[in-house]
Amino acid sequence: MADPILELNGVKTHFPIYRGRLFKRQAGTVKAVDGVDLSIERGEVVGLVGESGCGKSTLARTIMQLVPATAGTIKLNGKDLNALSGEERAIAQRDLQMIFQDPYASLNPRMTVFATLAEPLQVHRICPPSQVTARVGELMSLVGLAPRFMQKYPHEFSGGQRQRIAIARALALEPKVIIADEPVSALDVSIQAQILNLLAELGRRMNLTMVFIAHDLSVVKHISDRIAVMYLGKVVELGPAAEVIERPRHPYTRALVSAIPTPNPDFEKTRQRIVLAGDPPSPVNPPSGCPFHPRCPYAQDRCREIVPDLYPAGPLRTAACIRLDEI
Amino acid sequence: MPLLEVTDLRTSFHTRNGVYRAVNGVSFSVDRGETLGIVGESGSGKSVTCYSLMGLVPQPPGRIESGTAIFDGTDLLHCTPAEARAIRGKRIAMIFQDPMTSLNPYLRISEQLIEPVLIHEKTSKSEALKRGVAMLTAVGIDDASRRIHYYPHEFSGGMRQRVMIAMALITKPELLIADEPTTALDVTVQAQILELIRKMQRESGMAVIFITHDLAVVSGFCDRVHVMYAGRVVEAADTRTLFYSPRHPYTRALQRSIPALQPKGQELYTIRGMPPDLSKPLPGCPFSPRCEFATDRCRTEVPVLLPVSPTHAHACLRAQLGEI
Repeated sequence: MADPILELNGVKTHFPIYRGRLFKRQAGTVKAVDGVDLSIERGEVVGLVGESGCGKSTLARTIMQLVPATAGTIKLNGKDLNALSGEERAIAQRDLQMIFQDPYASLNPRMTVFATLAEPLQVHRICPPSQVTARVGELMSLVGLAPRFMQKYPHEFSGGQRQRIAIARALALEPKVIIADEPVSALDVSIQAQILNLLAELGRRMNLTMVFIAHDLSVVKHISDRIAVMYLGKVVELGPAAEVIERPRHPYTRALVSAIPTPNPDFEKTRQRIVLAGDPPSPVNPPSGCPFHPRCPYAQDRCREIVPDLYPAGPLRTAACIRLDEI
Repeated sequence: MPLLEVTDLRTSFHTRNGVYRAVNGVSFSVDRGETLGIVGESGSGKSVTCYSLMGLVPQPPGRIESGTAIFDGTDLLHCTPAEARAIRGKRIAMIFQDPMTSLNPYLRISEQLIEPVLIHEKTSKSEALKRGVAMLTAVGIDDASRRIHYYPHEFSGGMRQRVMIAMALITKPELLIADEPTTALDVTVQAQILELIRKMQRESGMAVIFITHDLAVVSGFCDRVHVMYAGRVVEAADTRTLFYSPRHPYTRALQRSIPALQPKGQELYTIRGMPPDLSKPLPGCPFSPRCEFATDRCRTEVPVLLPVSPTHAHACLRAQLGEI
């Protein structure tokens, strides 16, 4: 753990819920992210998985400073993102870039590819105006698009190509950290493979650090070095990617892994599925003790009272379950 | 006799930019109690196939050019509207991909849920409501007698999909068409929904046509699988054969691009190029521009779906000759 580039310390993002028009009062709090500690090494790919509503996208947006953190610190290169001067902030923004899920919504339909890719270069004065066109061409070739399409609009491209444009836009500022929020979920299998290969290759070539968010565990396993599993705003298991998927320790991870369908009919016939009952509880009113206890097949009375920390669960692994040694 | 037999279905869309042949000569059959998977990428025609059967293709611009779909003796594509109405929604039901948009946000769940019963059966409203509550309980919604009066926005995605399933199954259909019913859902909820459909199927013996782009979902769920590409069926087989000895290069390529099957760090296999533009005439095999085995013959001669065994058929000229 020598050289963390991104450090999260007790990060919480809460959203207040207001009731009433005239006499506005706070009626509750959505604890979308509720105390996340995560330290990410330079060049590492960390996969963030969990069901919808577990807070993974909010965490990404908090890291990107798109929503303010309620508590905790986020350090990039050792510097607290909340305590930056104006100039340092501009550099931090350059180092931290995001790729969004839906390439149909994340590109401005009225901007050509050139305009989309040139804007960050011009705003951050990355290169002299005379070289902008050349640089845009370079970026397009980097993601596998022909520079001759520079003057085309997003609607003229397919989903996979649009996601390539979004990737090129994120890379325009030569960032150090990329937050990819479900970048392949909206794409077909064969296109998905192309984009995953591109991300993996660019990551290697440019020594990018990546936070890769997805709900598809097989995709995450393929691309990540480590995986963090989130449930109700908290990380419940963290460890090397293959280990977490192949030998999950936390009961929630086990259920999640057992729910992944495999392209293997014989295995599918014989496997034992842990089908979780119900939906995740509401982050407005999280259960006492371990947040997973209402759905956990191993829950005991203790689980309703003790809020589990992340306990060591093997080499480089942690899991937030008080019954780790018993189950 | 199969429950549903579709022969040479052709559906196209006549637009200003040309004629899109979305479904181009598709034939398949489904037996009672059987689960048929239809797999393909976006634009392969899998949804339009089922929309054609359900009469959901907007005409114009859509047009069903040819084909028959015999459901228990009635041709769904050529029967009178009254005959079709008696079957659709009663004996054939459909669930859609997006539970967020396929429920009417202005109506309570109760009204939407019992509508098929009120239309198709002579029952009183209170009787129908009772059945609605029973159905909601059966699909795993607790406290159904109270929740049936909720509005859709008060339910989560998984629960809305359960409501959709309850709505589809309330008339005890003989055939359920499920169009990507779990694509918008989390894996855990997906497992719940698949289990639910399976349970309902065991209890009532209905047949299911399951449309998806996810080969992995098909593997544990379907008895037979048809793989579609560019509006045609390119390979049809029982599930085991399709997964363990696929013959068509497209099926093989699809399987090889699933990340789960490949070790970390290794480059994922990708199918080069893009699916063809369906508004242009396709000489030869539609997959030939992207196929690594394509020869000149593949580019000029249209392959037909030929059986290689009683349960396995594919449309690859070279595989049929035993060359690959």
